Amino acid sequence: MSTAALSNLRVALVGNPNCGKTALFNLLTGSRQKVANYAGVTVERKEGRFVTASGRQVSVLDLPGAYSLHAASPDEAITRDICMGQFAGEPRPDLLVAVVDATNLRLHLHFVLELQRLGLPMVLALNMVDAAARRGIRVDREKLEQALGVPIVETVAVKRNGAAQLLSRLDGELPPPSRGPAPGADLHQEVNRLLREAVSVPRRTAAIDDALDRWLLHPVWGLVTLAVVMFLMFQAVFSWAEPLMELIESSVGALGAWVGATLPEGLLNSLLVDGIIAGAGSVLVFLPQILFLFFFILLLEESGYLPRAAFLLDKMMVGAGLTGRSFIPLLSSFACAVPGIMATRTIQDPRDRLTTILVAPLMTCSARLPVYTLLIGAFIPDQTVLGIFNLQGVTLFVLYVAGILSALAVAWVMKLLRRDTTEHSLLLELPSYRIPHLRDVALGLAERARIFLARVGGIILALTVLIWFLSSFPSPPEGATGPAIEYSFAGRIGEILQTVFAPIGFNWQISIALVPGMAAREVAVGALATVYALSAEDEETASTLLTPLIAAQWPLATAFSLLAWFIFAPQCLSTLAVIRRETGSWKVVALAAGYLFGLAYLASFITYHVTRMLT
Amino acid sequence: MAIRLSELPFGHEAAVNTVEDALPADPVAVRLRDLGFVAGERVRIVARGPIGADPLLVQIGFTRFALRRSEAARVVVEPLAS
Repeated sequence: MSTAALSNLRVALVGNPNCGKTALFNLLTGSRQKVANYAGVTVERKEGRFVTASGRQVSVLDLPGAYSLHAASPDEAITRDICMGQFAGEPRPDLLVAVVDATNLRLHLHFVLELQRLGLPMVLALNMVDAAARRGIRVDREKLEQALGVPIVETVAVKRNGAAQLLSRLDGELPPPSRGPAPGADLHQEVNRLLREAVSVPRRTAAIDDALDRWLLHPVWGLVTLAVVMFLMFQAVFSWAEPLMELIESSVGALGAWVGATLPEGLLNSLLVDGIIAGAGSVLVFLPQILFLFFFILLLEESGYLPRAAFLLDKMMVGAGLTGRSFIPLLSSFACAVPGIMATRTIQDPRDRLTTILVAPLMTCSARLPVYTLLIGAFIPDQTVLGIFNLQGVTLFVLYVAGILSALAVAWVMKLLRRDTTEHSLLLELPSYRIPHLRDVALGLAERARIFLARVGGIILALTVLIWFLSSFPSPPEGATGPAIEYSFAGRIGEILQTVFAPIGFNWQISIALVPGMAAREVAVGALATVYALSAEDEETASTLLTPLIAAQWPLATAFSLLAWFIFAPQCLSTLAVIRRETGSWKVVALAAGYLFGLAYLASFITYHVTRMLT
Repeated sequence: MAIRLSELPFGHEAAVNTVEDALPADPVAVRLRDLGFVAGERVRIVARGPIGADPLLVQIGFTRFALRRSEAARVVVEPLAS
């Protein structure tokens, strides 16, 4: 090994799913991580760097979890290809750090033996040794090291100094390329030999796992618990985030008022206050809700509960043409369809994967929350029903349920159309329960916040400014009596679109807002604010919130129709782009966009006319 | 007497005999063997799905896997006297 290579070490973390690899990665690299946008957990490429005590630059790649080099899913194939040095644009790592869960050695050592055969230098990280010790599992590190012929370090990924041994190992001389068992040797017998020689196990599973699974996987209580968890999650998202949202709202309002008063009257003033500040502010205000939602998803994921939910729902989802594995991508889609669609890589069956991708946009993503919150706040009274429930929260819950039910219905129709009776597979590991670790949740949240804010700063802001331009120019002619926006480009586009949208009850302001809302749903709210702020007669009205304005101006049927529209409409270019990337097919993109717009129009049409009949 | 894992009574311990391929080069069977479903390993059904007792939660070694009935049917086991 040359000194150049030693001063710059490329390490890959590799191991089974649920071995604590990502937690170890977080411990090693802290916040110095580079994660591609919209990463699902360990689905996307994650790289981090750190410098060792002696000054060696180490870059760490967190490879997707895999059970075997016989890849059964696209992410396992990525792990295999990188380890074998066959992945285009990705040099072969100098060193593999094979991570194993000390409480699950029988399964994890099998993959280690497969990796050894690749002939790369390797260090084995015996992770979660604390949990193993608590369960009375004793691993004789030296004996195992001898039997395997690979240096072993003990790690506790959830402790501050838990990677000290690994760090000093990465600072020293690289181990020689490891040699696996002889070709043709039976790996399971090898694993059994290693376990006999170096490991003593008193009991097979943790008593706490048994007890929790008896309750959480119970045919009745398990489902009841799942429903309660989901319901509390959505109640919390709506009510806990409220004070923070009010804080952001008032801060943005104050900033807008200050800028408006400080700068001289004119175009720049209007652009800053009505375009940029009002537009970005109306999106920023939803950051608390998005973070709360992600916080719950991360907690459920880290604790090991999510695969249990997949287990409980599998039969139901198979009935609808999905799989229990679809549950995790679909749950992520509640935050954003983009990471959700990317997380479908863990679904091995291509048919299940395609169905999941096509219905993922129906899950109520966080970008719909701005629209829902606005309409619910304006049209649904803030009152308590049945003693404990908030009527606005219940309405939001109903909208979520409508999305879920239509996803199941669409998947079911696809299953009928497919007429394919061959088998789909599940094969899902239910890991041990763990107490979620603060650092991993915090890093996950920070990543989501960054992605969301990058979108606000980028596409959304640009489009908000574009719509401000469209609604400001050309200026009204001399002596015009109506609001200025009626004479602008936006007004004309809105008039044309309104002929299409009139049968479903949308006015021209909504029609305009839906155009930039094509880029991202939450933009529609910013656009509405811009449209209304500009069409208002005086400054005072412009600064009033959108909520009382639309409550007074829109009929109830229009509000409900717009809610129905947003359950279905694929108003998100990022989602369509990620579908294209994940399927490699424009046909699938066209199919997704076509059926979603079709359903949206149909649902809005029915909602509008039924509501008008009833009110 | 050998039976299929899908027929093993709840909570009853058994030893794996073999994993049968349901079709030539069956990927599910290959994965089951990689996950440790090989001759001699002890297995037990520890939970069943709420609808139609499907999927099955199978304890093998230190690990729990959710298998659909059709997947579990590939595993031939020998029930052990309890």
